[in-house]
Amino acid sequence: MTSRTANMAFAFTDEQAMILDSAKSFCADKSDIGTVRSLIASDNGYNQQVWSEMVELGWTGIAIPEQYGGSELGIGSTVALIESMGRHLLSTPYIATTLASQAILRGGSDQHKTHWLPQVAEGSIGTLALLDNEDWGAITTSCNLSESGDKLILEGSKLLVSDAAVADFFIVSANHNGAQVLVLVAASSLSPDALSRKVLIDETKRACTVNFSGVEVTPNDILPQSETALRDIKLIGALLIAAESTGTCAATLDTVVSYLTSRIQFGRLIGSYQALKHPTVDILIQMDSARSLIYHAATVISLQPLDQDAEIACRMAKAQATEALLFAGDRAIQFHGGMGFTYDCDAQLFLRRALGSQHQYGDAQHHRLHLAGLLLD
Amino acid sequence: MATDKDLQEFRAEVADWIKHNQPADPGFLLPQTFMEVGSEQVLDFLREWQHKVWSAGYLGMAWPEKYGGRGLSPSYQNIADEEMKLARVPICFNVIGLGWAGPLILDKGTDYEREKYLKGILNAEDIWCQGFSEPNHGSDLGSIQTRAERDGDHYLVNGSKIWTTMGNYAKYMILLARTDSQAERKYNGLSFFLAPMHVDGISTQPIKKLTGEYGFTETFFTDARIPADCIMGEEGQGWRIAMQTLQYERGAEAGAAGGISILSIVMNDLLKMAAEIEREGQPLLKDPLTRDNLVKFLIEEKALHLAEKRIQTPALCADYPNSLSLSGKLRSTEFYRRMRQYALNLQGAQSALYVGDKDAVDGGFWQRAYMNNFSTTIGGGTSQVQANIVGEHVLGLPKD
Repeated sequence: MTSRTANMAFAFTDEQAMILDSAKSFCADKSDIGTVRSLIASDNGYNQQVWSEMVELGWTGIAIPEQYGGSELGIGSTVALIESMGRHLLSTPYIATTLASQAILRGGSDQHKTHWLPQVAEGSIGTLALLDNEDWGAITTSCNLSESGDKLILEGSKLLVSDAAVADFFIVSANHNGAQVLVLVAASSLSPDALSRKVLIDETKRACTVNFSGVEVTPNDILPQSETALRDIKLIGALLIAAESTGTCAATLDTVVSYLTSRIQFGRLIGSYQALKHPTVDILIQMDSARSLIYHAATVISLQPLDQDAEIACRMAKAQATEALLFAGDRAIQFHGGMGFTYDCDAQLFLRRALGSQHQYGDAQHHRLHLAGLLLD
Repeated sequence: MATDKDLQEFRAEVADWIKHNQPADPGFLLPQTFMEVGSEQVLDFLREWQHKVWSAGYLGMAWPEKYGGRGLSPSYQNIADEEMKLARVPICFNVIGLGWAGPLILDKGTDYEREKYLKGILNAEDIWCQGFSEPNHGSDLGSIQTRAERDGDHYLVNGSKIWTTMGNYAKYMILLARTDSQAERKYNGLSFFLAPMHVDGISTQPIKKLTGEYGFTETFFTDARIPADCIMGEEGQGWRIAMQTLQYERGAEAGAAGGISILSIVMNDLLKMAAEIEREGQPLLKDPLTRDNLVKFLIEEKALHLAEKRIQTPALCADYPNSLSLSGKLRSTEFYRRMRQYALNLQGAQSALYVGDKDAVDGGFWQRAYMNNFSTTIGGGTSQVQANIVGEHVLGLPKD
């Protein structure tokens, strides 16, 4: 890893530029809008073949150190990949798996890392199970680990667990001996009826409620550095969703511009009307701010526990990207007029993505609340 | 070549000089930009200050010695500017000379012109103004109506200019006038002059701004005789030279003499102000809604700073390559407008007080700064025109 200073605005290496380039063409190639729509009807929401190719390209190992089978380019490099995925609405378990592997990398024992990280690099799927209710700001959980001989028994359910149906392992937050910990749960130890698929507003994504009650684990399955890992994966989660949202915001903008430069009403291209032109420029400006903030956050994150600058950067990125995409999606529907009200119009895909991701890892207000403490006190 | 050590030592030298020479509070509110020089009192103060900075060797450092500069690398000027900005010293107010006319003369002028004009720009003896905008044409320079007709060894100038900053104090004007009204493209009929202001037929009328202060004039030309050799370049090249002139002000590397031209106001200043204020019986900075608003501004300020850096990383600007540069004015001037407006809201009942009242918060600085900020959202192309430019030239939307 190259050393990076916290006050640096952007460190974008040639290597990262190459990754971004190849990600752009890969996502454009594999995820045209027809493909996106056809996957809506599928069980798992993604194409297994495409996932395998992503694994072969080394994407699942990009943020994993070389000693565990990755390419050690840092979590910052995944931002470029995920922005491209967002741009083409390419949904796979990539974000979920990246976050689960970051939890192990940042909080796990040597044994956890040696066992799981090489598997992730080779395509195993992991996901985080953190949410008890609607509140991403919650600092407690109702999920418990209770002693039973030399075993521990999990009690409780988790909401909106991304890609749970295809996950090989889960990172679950639960109380143990008065502290909140992260515990590794293999998919094989779940009961057959543990998963119930949710109907999501964003039809390109998949998530389940997962009932972990009765699952047996051992003390060795608890991540030793749970506290920092839990804090950091929430922030990194916010950044990765921000990166995806920024990409989708750019796609939304392209779609709006394309309509405004082809649709004629009252004898003129509608893009010539300032009532549509100026808010479209606002979308561009909001998207540009989000893009500056996500790549800055990508620059200041390292393998170390996140410092205050990194925390500020992640929170600013999510607050900005969430609001930018919601604004863009909302205006995209409106500017498409009657077409925008139909399911056939792509604008609904973008608006649904905006609505589906605005609360993931905390909404704008949640992050601004925490930023206020960091910046004003 | 200056080594890092040379530059470090120079920085310490400048900081030390500032410490011993920073002027005491003059007892009146100093201008935040050069567009606020509204009285002789302010003019004399700033003239003396700029002369002092130049005499100390911290202005025009990259300009040649024989024209009043020091012939050093632009790095020195940048360091001097950084230190002056940090210490919030008064501005170097002869902005049109230092950032526009001076670099142009240095770059394209004759030796005679360099000899005649440059030193006076640096030592603040000769104030320069700019005559581009005209009444009724605002941002549309292509429609300039002021005529300059060749008459022997003079041009006869007729017409008027508006928003001439310090027009009533200036000795010279960079003037854009129409020499050919028949030109096929209207931009090709314009010529660029280094015009003397103190000739018969030129008069100025100060404009009272919304702040109640002065700083601009309307400038009238009635058969004003300008020597023919005042023209820069050839007849018909005026538009191109004017556009080129705008490039110099981007810093010492681009040719500008340096000196800080604007006293920046950042979120930190706003937070300092807000720290003292109470609302609903408790400190304002404890109020959740206020905090949320302040953080929104802080995020926006951060994004503005980052945008300046991201421009330098083309791989991160691939889909709309000219987006950040063309939207820069729109983004920053509108941010400052909203931020300054919010500053007044934060002051509570005190926000009703104005410059001149002893109880006004920071002497009415924010009240004046908010209203003056409209010069940036209107001048140089209004925000609405800027949004058209971005929409059409970045996004490819059709003209209206």
